[in-house]
Amino acid sequence: MEYTILDDGRTIPVSADAVTTPEPGRLLIEAEALEASLGWELKPEGLCRGDVCVPVRDRAALVEGARIDLGAFAEVLGRPVVIDSQERVAALGTAASSQAASMASLDAPDFELPDLAGRLHTLSEHRGKKALLIAYASW
Amino acid sequence: MPVWQALYEELGSEGFVPITIALDRAEDARPFIEASKATHPSLIDEAHRTAELYHIVNVPTIIWIDESGRICRPHDSQYATDTFTAFHKKLSGPYLDMIRDWVRTGAGAMSAEEIRAHQPIPDEASQLARVERAVAWHLLQDGRAEAAEPHFERAVELAPKDWTIARGSMPLRGGNPFGPEFFALAEKGKFDYALEALTPTHAPEDPEASPGSG
Repeated sequence: MEYTILDDGRTIPVSADAVTTPEPGRLLIEAEALEASLGWELKPEGLCRGDVCVPVRDRAALVEGARIDLGAFAEVLGRPVVIDSQERVAALGTAASSQAASMASLDAPDFELPDLAGRLHTLSEHRGKKALLIAYASW
Repeated sequence: MPVWQALYEELGSEGFVPITIALDRAEDARPFIEASKATHPSLIDEAHRTAELYHIVNVPTIIWIDESGRICRPHDSQYATDTFTAFHKKLSGPYLDMIRDWVRTGAGAMSAEEIRAHQPIPDEASQLARVERAVAWHLLQDGRAEAAEPHFERAVELAPKDWTIARGSMPLRGGNPFGPEFFALAEKGKFDYALEALTPTHAPEDPEASPGSG
């Protein structure tokens, strides 16, 4: 049974061969699979994605052979993480500081959501109009 | 919902679009959407993606976005009808008039400083709560309700005042968001209006008075 990583609204399947769980709450993932699924690569200068590199202070905590500790990975990036090794699912969230910076920018983040018929809509398709976002619920 | 649809019919030709987002399962939102005969974008956000992106902590939450895609009035707890006015003391009429003014004249948009001062602030606990909620929702959708439960529980512990999590997960966990479990939390003071202190619009209770702003 494969593993699932939830990252920034995406649901990413990861082959069970690429993952080990040495103890509950800990998940090691092959560096190649991590790069393929999350886009981050371990280089001498740190964890890199595109032109961005984040320095790694404690490489021993992050790397075990050819595998990367997902909890340590999240810590390097300052992102909240939840690992449920028993259920084979892990999820990465947005750091409070990144979220605060995004909100302070006042740029309305784009999203894609379905209507009842399953048709997908984005916010950006309404550029040029005054849009009201109205979040509501039955509860 | 019918009010937003009516406002769309009134102002749609003037470059206005209401985007209603149900932080709900589709089956729970369906009656609301069908009753309003929505032709405006009426969307379903089961995974709470917009709650994550915009740090929405309560419903209703209304955010104004201008023609260039910038937020010009932040998280506001306002109502389209007066059904619950006895509870929240807000009249819908003055607020709807503010929207009409905004569409026609641009009035009501706030300065960047004012907006930032009224935005709810995410912290580490609230961000981790959203991740726990995402895991819980993933497991629930996959038919693993029992495995989802501890994640829901931790999400609520981490962000007890976030209604999208604490109250919004009640129907998903077999609870009743209008039942004793809600009122028990309310009594403990855990369910105060998370947004109330920040809400930028204080529409007057007297319908004869002019709409407030800022």
